[in-house]
Amino acid sequence: MNEPERSQDQPEAMSRRQFIGWGAATAAGIAIAPGVTLFDLAHGRPAEQAATNKVRWGMLIDTNQCTAGCNDCVTACNTENHLSGGLKETDSQWIRKIELKDLRSSKAHSLPMMCQHCEHPPCVDVCPTGASFKRADGIVLVDRHICIGCRYCMMACPYKARSFVHEDVTGQNPDVPRGKGCVESCTLCVHRIDRDQKPACVEACSTAGRNAMIFGDLNDPQSEISKRVATYATTQVRADLGLNVAVRYQGI
Amino acid sequence: MASIAFREIEGHSRGYYALLGAVGAITLAGLASAYYMEHHGHVVTGMTNQIVWGIPHVFAVFLIVAASGVLNVASIASVFGKTFYKPLAPLSGLLAIAMLAGGLMVLMLDLGRADRMIIAMTYYNFKSIFALNVFLYTGFFTIVGIYLWTMMERGMNRYSGAAGFVAFIWRLLLTTGTGSIFGFLVARQAYDSALLAPMFIVMSFSYGLAVYILVLIASYHWTGRSLDDAVIGRLKKLLIVFVAAALYFVAVHHLTNLYVAKQLDFEKFILVTGGVYPLLFWVGQVALGSLVPIAILAHPGLGRARAWVCLAALLVVLGALAQMYVTIIGGQAYPLQLFPGMQVSSTFFDGVVHPYAPSMPEIFLGLGGVAVAAVIVLIAIKLLRFLPERLDTRESGQLPANQHNEAAA
Repeated sequence: MNEPERSQDQPEAMSRRQFIGWGAATAAGIAIAPGVTLFDLAHGRPAEQAATNKVRWGMLIDTNQCTAGCNDCVTACNTENHLSGGLKETDSQWIRKIELKDLRSSKAHSLPMMCQHCEHPPCVDVCPTGASFKRADGIVLVDRHICIGCRYCMMACPYKARSFVHEDVTGQNPDVPRGKGCVESCTLCVHRIDRDQKPACVEACSTAGRNAMIFGDLNDPQSEISKRVATYATTQVRADLGLNVAVRYQGI
Repeated sequence: MASIAFREIEGHSRGYYALLGAVGAITLAGLASAYYMEHHGHVVTGMTNQIVWGIPHVFAVFLIVAASGVLNVASIASVFGKTFYKPLAPLSGLLAIAMLAGGLMVLMLDLGRADRMIIAMTYYNFKSIFALNVFLYTGFFTIVGIYLWTMMERGMNRYSGAAGFVAFIWRLLLTTGTGSIFGFLVARQAYDSALLAPMFIVMSFSYGLAVYILVLIASYHWTGRSLDDAVIGRLKKLLIVFVAAALYFVAVHHLTNLYVAKQLDFEKFILVTGGVYPLLFWVGQVALGSLVPIAILAHPGLGRARAWVCLAALLVVLGALAQMYVTIIGGQAYPLQLFPGMQVSSTFFDGVVHPYAPSMPEIFLGLGGVAVAAVIVLIAIKLLRFLPERLDTRESGQLPANQHNEAAA
């Protein structure tokens, strides 16, 4: 007797269940969606997972595509990392454009110069506290918490890639902590890389249609950067030092 | 038997308090400067992202190098058994500690984050010569402290030889560490040489002895104690050798660089075209800081006059500061060569000689280090028996070693 009654009630019961089910799914969806989106952005490396040496982030600069007078990469770096963009001798410059002229042939080149993210970084060797360090994926960084501001790394860097924060900084990007009295340099936009984005300078160069900066994993033979490095002659600046830098130059 | 009596100085004269007041005031000015730099950031100094180490480092490295060198007088007595120098040893140890303290104070207060000293003492990267130096410096204080104890405490006298030997080895390690701060900088043409470590050791002999002679003559003169010409005569001859040896190392360093094609432009800069640096090198370091003092000290007439000996020692010290300036600041002023054979320009001052003008706060910080060393010495010689009551040939030259050991108590 109960059965038919139940079956009679069933449509109504189903609809109530359906309602609860859909409601729960919607609520769960609303709750989880931002997390899923973030996970998407973070791609393969959630915050709790350490960087791995399976990848080695690097950059290839095609100087044939880089034009004198174009400063897009520098501007993008300043915007992304909230640098003042000032050009005083005491101002930080994480990336700069260098204009070169061969003294014999008069051939001119223009290229961006920044931390070369060496495999054997002299800045890391000399740092007394270990504040200068290399992440497993090859990115050379400064730990702002243990940098004592001795500037020995700046003496040691062959590329003049580091800046000392000479005065108070305001309006920082929360992803890129900075501080008076500490040394800083190009982080390869590590905060963006960890979200599966390209460094700001590379993105700006690409947006401008120049594509002079190729970013990618030097350990992945299928990556564009690896293919380019395998195909064309590329140069390491101060290759004589044997630092095996992650930033390569093509065309100089 | 106890011919040598060590006595505290009275330290009640107007002159003593005036001197103490003067160096105390400079110390305070140095500390105030450090506070000012800390508060505003290094933007108030002449240091930049191009010249990252400035005049404070000139003073600090000079003091640290001289600190290890000034201990040599004691080492000659303890390690090489020259009893003549035994009565001079306690002052030597005291000066070593005082100058190292002064130098380190400057180095620490110049840090961008001087408030993070505890981090410098607790986080170590043992591949860094800076980190190793932290141990060498603290070890030096301890060892020289123990050495002084063995010299000044009668019951401990029998250990002074061993302590002196350890102190001697340690001071060689310490100056090797200081020279290697620059020697290990592979990127810069001014440095990157194994020669810098032994060169700094020889420089320390010269700087330290010059400081020692100045302090010895001044303290004996001002306290009215007798100081035999024979004492000065020996120290003077030794100074000639040390200054000449330091000059020899400098010559070898530059001659080697001149032989290396890629170094030619740098050598041309530092020796000829670099403005203030060649001037300081040739006039300050070579002429006034080395050749003139050697000439004065070796001169049969002038070398006997105490005022001239003092002048020569003072010139060696000033020449040392010139050498530090040329080495530390000149080495950074010359632009890094990223693209040899190319003309280079950028917004970050690539390819151009970097200017440097020290500001008053950083000069006072550097002088503050010297003043702190002086304060320590002035107070220590008043409180403890560092100085022999008199130093004439009888006390300093004629006694056998064992008697000196006892006498030194």
